[in-house]
Amino acid sequence: MSAPVFIAGIGTISAIGKNVAESMDAFRNGKAGMEAMRYLDSVHKNQLPVAEVKCSNEELAALAGLPAHISRTALLSAIAAKEALKDAAIDQLSSLKVGFISANTVGGMDKTENFFRSFLADNKKGKLKNVVHHECGSITELVADKLGVKHFISTISTACSSSANAIFFGARMIKQQMLDVAIAGGADALTKFTLNGFNTLMILDSEYCRPFDESRKGLNLGEGAAYVVLVSERIAKQLAKKPYCTLSGYCNANDAYHQTASSPDGIGSFLAMEGAMKMAGLQPSDIDYINLHGTGTQNNDIAEGTAIKRLFAPVYPKMSSTKSFTGHTLGASGSIEAVFSAMSIQQGIIYPNLRFQNQMKELPFTPQTTYIDNITVKHVLSNSFGFGGNCSSLLFSKI
Amino acid sequence: MAEKNAYISASCVISNNTVYKNKQVVFENKGAVLPDFLTSVYQHFAWKYPKYYKMDNLSKLGWAAAEILLQGSDIEKYPPEDVGLILSNANASLDTDTRYFETTKDIASPALFVYTLPNITTGEICIRHKFKGENAFFVFEKFDPGFLHQYVNNLLNNDTLQACICGWVDVLQEDYKVLLVLVESNGNAGNTAERFTKENIENLYSLHNG
Amino acid sequence: MSDLKKQIIEQLNLQDIKPEDIGDDQPLFVDGLGLDSIDALELIVLLQQHYKIKLSNAEDGPKVFKSVRTIAEYITAHQNQVA
Repeated sequence: MSAPVFIAGIGTISAIGKNVAESMDAFRNGKAGMEAMRYLDSVHKNQLPVAEVKCSNEELAALAGLPAHISRTALLSAIAAKEALKDAAIDQLSSLKVGFISANTVGGMDKTENFFRSFLADNKKGKLKNVVHHECGSITELVADKLGVKHFISTISTACSSSANAIFFGARMIKQQMLDVAIAGGADALTKFTLNGFNTLMILDSEYCRPFDESRKGLNLGEGAAYVVLVSERIAKQLAKKPYCTLSGYCNANDAYHQTASSPDGIGSFLAMEGAMKMAGLQPSDIDYINLHGTGTQNNDIAEGTAIKRLFAPVYPKMSSTKSFTGHTLGASGSIEAVFSAMSIQQGIIYPNLRFQNQMKELPFTPQTTYIDNITVKHVLSNSFGFGGNCSSLLFSKI
Repeated sequence: MAEKNAYISASCVISNNTVYKNKQVVFENKGAVLPDFLTSVYQHFAWKYPKYYKMDNLSKLGWAAAEILLQGSDIEKYPPEDVGLILSNANASLDTDTRYFETTKDIASPALFVYTLPNITTGEICIRHKFKGENAFFVFEKFDPGFLHQYVNNLLNNDTLQACICGWVDVLQEDYKVLLVLVESNGNAGNTAERFTKENIENLYSLHNG
Repeated sequence: MSDLKKQIIEQLNLQDIKPEDIGDDQPLFVDGLGLDSIDALELIVLLQQHYKIKLSNAEDGPKVFKSVRTIAEYITAHQNQVA
C-alpha cells in the first residue's frame, strides 16, 4: 500500500463563480451558469446557450495579473491555479519540489481563430503573436512562469478526461517522491472551434442541458479552470490548515469502442470506477456520492448509467451531474469536479442535478435533485470520460 | 519492491518515408508526399481496415506503426485491461486542427473535428486491438525518453499494466516522426530483446534520424 | 443514384469501394456498409453541400440514411419543396 496523497488547496473559476466561494453560493442558490452567449462572437449566438465565465478578457487579465492579449485559456488557468496555491498556504514553497501539471484541449485556439479571420480577409494581416501560443503545451508554460514553478511542468491532452488524468499523474509523482507538491488540473476557454465542432456532432442542446433525464437532448458547452494542490503526507503534516481530503484511488481505462461514442455497456467507465475503488480498497457500498460525468448527451448518460448499474446494483449512492450548473468545460471538467468533490467531503455537501424531471427508462435510479449540506460524506467518486475512449475515475476520501 | 525486468520486445519507426521494424527496413517509398506514403504503407501490408482511410495523418501514423509493431507478437495473451498505451508528441493535433478550421469556412466537417484531439490516436489503436488499459497522451517540446521510461516503468512495476506500447507520434504537414516500442514487464528476454532503459529508447529514436 | 453513390464514397473516404458495389437498397449502417454515427453526420453535410438540403433533426437520420434509395427519395422530395 502506497502513502496517501492529500489535497491541501483548491481553486476554480467557471460560469458559476470566479472562485470556490462564489461557486458554492451558486450551488446553494441553485443558480446555473448557462445563458445566451455574451463574450464569444459566434453565428450561433442566440441558438445555443453556453456557460461562459462572466468576465471579459480584460477583467480576467486583471484577476490573473497577466496581459489581456494572451489566450483566455491561459488567463482562466492562471486565476484558478493562483487561488489553489494561495488556499494551500504552503510555507517556503521555493524550498520544495513543486510541479505544475495542466491539461487543456483547445490550447490558444481562441487567439488562432482571430488570427485566421484577419488573415483570410487579407493575408498580410493577422498578428503572428496570436498563434505563438496555439499548441496546448505553451499555455502550461505561460502559467507555470506566472506561478514561478520551474521544477516540473507537463501538459496532458486526452480530451474531456484530461484534467482528471493530470490530477492522478500529479499524485503518482508525489508517491514516487519526484515531487513534494503538485498543482494539478486543467483549463479550457470556450471557442468557436469547439462550439462548431460539437454542433456538427449534433450533441448540443438548444435548451439548458438535462443530464440523466429521459428527455435529454445534448450538452451545453462551458469554460473554466480548476486546480488542486496535492501534497505528500510529510508536507500535509506541516500545514497550518487541515487538508480537504485524500485522493485515495484513481484509474484510467480505454473504452475501445469508437472515437467519440461510448460503448453501450460503458465498459471503459465500468473499468475506471472499479479500478479506482479497488485501489482505495473500497466496496461500492462505501461510496456516498458520485459526481457524474453526466454530459446530458443520449450516448454518455446511458453508457455511464449502465456501468453504474452493473457496479452498484441494487443499492445506489447519491449522484448528480454538476455540469447542469457549469456546462461541459471539456479539458477543465475533471479538475472542476475534483474541486467540488473535495468540498463535498469537507463540508458534507451533495450537489443537485438541476432540471431533472423524468427518470431514464433504462435505469433503475435517479439523480439527486435538491441541495443537501451538513451530512457526512466519506467517499466521493468523480467520473470523467473523454473522446478517444479515455475514461477516468478519481476517488476522494475523508481524512 | 524489486524492479521487474522490463524488455523492449519490438520497435517500429516511421521516418523519412521509411518504415523500420526492430531496426530493419520493412518498407520504403521515397519521394511520396505524406498522404500518398501513408496509403502506400496500407497497400503494401495489405491491411483490411477500411476505417484507416477515414483517419487523419496523426492517427494513420500511430495506427500503422502499432499494426507493424504488433505483427507477430502474442499480445493477445494479456487481458485487455492489462495493456496500456502512453504516447507523446510536440504538436498535439495541430495538423488536423488547422485542416478542420479550413472546413469551417464552408460547412464544418464532423469527421475532421473528431480528429482534433491527439488522444483519438490512442483510441484508434485501442479499438483495433481491444486494449482497455491505461492510456495517455502527453505534449512535450521534444522527445523525452527519460519521462517515458520513468512513467511506463512505474505502470509496469505497480501492476497497473503487464504490457505497454509507448513512444512518440508527431506530425505537422510534411514533417513527421514515429517511434513506438512494445514493452513487456515480464517479457521473455529472448535473444534480441533489449532492456527497457532510457538509453535504449533514445537510441531507437535517434537511430533513424536524418 | 450512381452520382449519389460516387458522392457518398468521396465524402466518406470509402476508398476500396466502387459505386457498383453499393446496392440501391443495401443497408448503409452497421451490417451493410458498416458506416457509423460520424458517417451519418458527414452524410448530412453532403446533403447540405450538394443539394442545399438541411436535415436539422438528427432523429430523422436513421430513416433517411437507410439506403441509397431512401436518401435519393429524400433528396427528390425536398428539392421539389425548395423549387
